[in-house]
Amino acid sequence: MKKAFPQTVHLIVTLAALLVSLYFIFLYAPQEATMGEVQRIFYIHVSSGNTAFVAYFLTFFGSFVYLWKRNESADDFAYGAAEVGFLFCTCVLVTGPLWAKPVWGIWWTWDERLTPTFFLWLLFVGYLMLRSYVIAPGRAALLAAVVSTLGVVDVVFDFLVIRMKSYRGQHPAAVMGGGENSGLDPRMWVAVFVTFAAFLLLFSYLVRQYMRVAALRREVSRLRRLSDSSSGA
Amino acid sequence: MNSLRVIAAIFMKDLRVEWRHRETLAAMCVFGLLVVFLFNFAFEPAGEESLRLLPGLLWIAFAFAGVLGFNRSFAAERENAALEGMRLAPVDPGAIYLGKMLANLFFMGIAEAVVVFAASLWYNFSFIPALGWFTLSTFFCTLGYVAVGTIFAAVAANTRMREVMLPVLQFPVAIPIFIAGVEASAGALKGDAPGDYASWIKLAASFSVIFLVLSYLLFEFVLEE
Repeated sequence: MKKAFPQTVHLIVTLAALLVSLYFIFLYAPQEATMGEVQRIFYIHVSSGNTAFVAYFLTFFGSFVYLWKRNESADDFAYGAAEVGFLFCTCVLVTGPLWAKPVWGIWWTWDERLTPTFFLWLLFVGYLMLRSYVIAPGRAALLAAVVSTLGVVDVVFDFLVIRMKSYRGQHPAAVMGGGENSGLDPRMWVAVFVTFAAFLLLFSYLVRQYMRVAALRREVSRLRRLSDSSSGA
Repeated sequence: MNSLRVIAAIFMKDLRVEWRHRETLAAMCVFGLLVVFLFNFAFEPAGEESLRLLPGLLWIAFAFAGVLGFNRSFAAERENAALEGMRLAPVDPGAIYLGKMLANLFFMGIAEAVVVFAASLWYNFSFIPALGWFTLSTFFCTLGYVAVGTIFAAVAANTRMREVMLPVLQFPVAIPIFIAGVEASAGALKGDAPGDYASWIKLAASFSVIFLVLSYLLFEFVLEE
């Protein structure tokens, strides 16, 4: 893996993809008919939202592998995905109101898409707080894995419950679902996918950096223990 | 030892401990009553309005009283390293979870009865006509709430500031059960046809079953050293 796709290449590809997505967002995609320029935040908003949900499922995946194999890098992956995912989830919750205010006239509404995203943000907060508050550091990975497993099942219930509550939807229909409201211009589609791909690349690069730092930190503490025991003897 | 006997032993132990010092249950009931009491001054509901606000009020009182009780249930185990003792016992860790969960469910039931009685008295509201359906919906929602509360309390017992950690972990996960609880009890108290809110009771029941099974399986990892 390391040799097949070195970090520097990963970084360059990510930066290039982000630049390309800027081109697609601002120059390639046509201006929206009623909302005007402000609609261009849509590409960043939707892509961050998708990345955040992907990140939460990847956190669960890492946790599951950790519970099964007790592989430390699986736990690093889960923790890294949660930290970066939290960033993207915060990004959705910030770009959403910025877009909603000029278009809907309100900052926030308890709608069937906004509400579960907010729940997801709270699940990220709980997971990350737990990781930093555990007394015995050796147990943090195990406890966090349990919490993220319970959390991922809960996400399914969140969507179910919000649908049952039948909030009046202010939010446009899912772009990916392709309902009658999602009459997106084909060029807009391209821009959405390019941005999403760029964000996934950024996500993977950041998680990879996180895992590298975590592995280095473990190596440092191992070497320190080694030198302590040799100098003490 | 047979798992059922382990569950019964843990359950009886928690009841006996509670009977001897009577701290947890008293704290839960008083706290629940205080929420109902403060609510009156916050909104001063009267007549029709109190019926509209009551389900939400009850569930806020239940949620906070529950968090208080769940925290105590594992804090007490940690103080004397009793959890280590249980961990060493050659029994199924899931059975320990179920025993603790049943004890918490029992305490929640009593605290809820006290809160409901007080709310009925102070807001001049009779629960009698809706008692059957209200009890059924509250039972399933409480079961789900206690199922997640017990395992999160065991997780939070390993952290600094566990009093803060438990609600931060538990409330987001318990949101579906909280919404179901409010919706189902609102339907029952308004005297709607049970068919109108049965889907909420079903949701609460499936949430309870899924999270009980999941917690039963995961509890082993929470106890692991």
